Amino acid sequence: MSSREAVLRRIRQATADLPKDPVSVPRSYLRHAPAVVPGDRSAAVALLVERLTEYGAEVRRSAEADLPAAVAGALAAAGSAVVPAGLPDAWLARWSGVVRRDAPPLTHAELDATDAVLTTCAAAVAESGTLVLDGGPGQGRRAPTLLPDLHVCVVRGAQVHSAMPEAIGRLAPARPLTWISGPSATADIEMIRVRGVHGPRRLTVLLVP
Amino acid sequence: MSKTFMGWPAFPKAAETATADGQLRANVRRATHTIRTKRAALVDERPDWQDLRDTAAALKDDVLAHLDTYLEQIEEKVTAAGGTVHWAGDAEEANRIVTRLVQDTGETEIVKVKSMLTEEIGLDGALAAAGISARETDLAAAIVQLGDDLPSHVVVPALHRNRSEIRDVFVREMGKHGRPAPEGLSDDPEELAEAARLHMREKFLTSRVAVSGANFMVAETGTLCIVESEGNGRMCLTLADTLISVVGIEKVIPTWQDLEVYLQLLARSATGERMAPYTSTWTGVTDGDGPRAFHLVLVDNGRTRALADPVGRQALRCIRCGACMNICPVYERTGGQAYGSVYPGPIGAILNPLLKGADDPQTASLPYASSLCGACNEVCPVKIRFTDVLLELRHDIAEGDAKVKHPAERVALKAVAGAMGHGALWNAAVKAAGTAGRLVPKNAQLPGPLRGWTDSRALPDIPEESFRSWWKRTEGGTK
Repeated sequence: MSSREAVLRRIRQATADLPKDPVSVPRSYLRHAPAVVPGDRSAAVALLVERLTEYGAEVRRSAEADLPAAVAGALAAAGSAVVPAGLPDAWLARWSGVVRRDAPPLTHAELDATDAVLTTCAAAVAESGTLVLDGGPGQGRRAPTLLPDLHVCVVRGAQVHSAMPEAIGRLAPARPLTWISGPSATADIEMIRVRGVHGPRRLTVLLVP
Repeated sequence: MSKTFMGWPAFPKAAETATADGQLRANVRRATHTIRTKRAALVDERPDWQDLRDTAAALKDDVLAHLDTYLEQIEEKVTAAGGTVHWAGDAEEANRIVTRLVQDTGETEIVKVKSMLTEEIGLDGALAAAGISARETDLAAAIVQLGDDLPSHVVVPALHRNRSEIRDVFVREMGKHGRPAPEGLSDDPEELAEAARLHMREKFLTSRVAVSGANFMVAETGTLCIVESEGNGRMCLTLADTLISVVGIEKVIPTWQDLEVYLQLLARSATGERMAPYTSTWTGVTDGDGPRAFHLVLVDNGRTRALADPVGRQALRCIRCGACMNICPVYERTGGQAYGSVYPGPIGAILNPLLKGADDPQTASLPYASSLCGACNEVCPVKIRFTDVLLELRHDIAEGDAKVKHPAERVALKAVAGAMGHGALWNAAVKAAGTAGRLVPKNAQLPGPLRGWTDSRALPDIPEESFRSWWKRTEGGTK
């Protein structure tokens, strides 16, 4: 008998005493953030800003038309930035650094030698201060958002959900997803939170209403 | 060869050594109290916390009751998404599968994302025996590996070490395995984290094979999920050409939507955060993004043994958040290594005997490593009734099929049962105890087989008058 068959057989023997019907699952938890009235987008956005700031991310609000200036400001200290396919070129018009396109894909070493990455996102969750990237247009593959030390992410107000249950059904699990809640951190040394271990040490969010 | 808990002494003996170490106790106390406080504050934010727990427990019960069909579903979905699924009945088979998969790539140094299961099965040692160096990339796991130490916590494995001990390990060991620690490294946590960043970056950029575990596997979609803080997980999951995920068969959740329950519970319970900084989900392989080969190794290694125990099977709901150990008064005083397992604390006290059988003195000692205060029941995000399982296991060890009996308890219980079944004998015994109580000095040891009881407990004050005699004399307190 293969190990697969042996494991499955042991499972069936072990659970023989249990009813075959599905276990009834209560679903009484909230589908929105406790402090936010469902549908109140501006309250959700305010909560997202509060949570991102608490985690040490920098948040700048920008009108759509002012994005080129906001991007230039956020990337001011960076000499080079990766830009995924699908990101509007106009956003980079005011920035004078080196733009690296990820096509053909940049090598790990090239990405490691790049200062910043500029992306959009697929969704944001206010309650936990989370940005979700799904590799769609303007986000690109995962490695470029990981190796540069500064991640600048453009988030639109319409993408902000107050809590996880509102967001998760809109995401496509077949795509590789990265959920980012503040910059890389550790508390492994005496439970003291240190920002920045392996992922980008700085996260700047440009919030477009 | 990496260190293991092989031949570890039984809990009372190991605890004696651990509790005598003042530095260890201070380190563990600081860490557990810090996480406890953070967790409590974040749990208070959620008026629906109990509702989330109810859902999480019920979903896992559904998974366990139909684990065969859920695993078949995962296998089908992962395979359809370009992954390869392997089944391992035990640790030895899992290690053999992973070793062969790594050998097939021709690589001799690989990177790892922290995984308790790979610790449980001793994967690093098995790979080392085959000439493959598996480097831990989680900061705490790396501290343990570099220091040839053993883990003491499921979330923060190096929780028993303070900053100066960590500095010494980095300075002494990093150079032997790659980029050395920077000159003049201090014990400032920021500097230590920076040293780890530099040491690991080199490995992330060049390693072609990564090994991980998983926090969750979604049956509906074949999606795996890893929750982490540092970004080492993302590095391994993204930069390697071949990803091998070694996952316990109980890590299943039914649907994609169900992740919303566990992702809201896990970080709050584990580290006192709303979400850990990074959560990654992936389904098989994706063209042009991340590994080109994905292997999922499903591991039993005693899980079906635990599943067959009608009381104990609830331990398989565990999502390894560590809240039970952070709240445990016993763990706080002994630290994790005293439990002689990668799973310490209350979950270790029940999971180890359930997975392995309480057939050796060390494993059989674990269900007694508890005061039964029940604090773990209250904090568990999946509502494991630890005290129910502990009592059941103690019963098994004292009277049931377990090969190792706890002799003192068995003798004592038999004596008590005999006396309680016989009214006159019981009254006489209680009366005698009242008289004896006046004579027994404080901190006395009980004689003979009962001595085990007083080894770690003070004898309670014995009232001079029994309740029965008081009731009779005062007519139920009315006189």
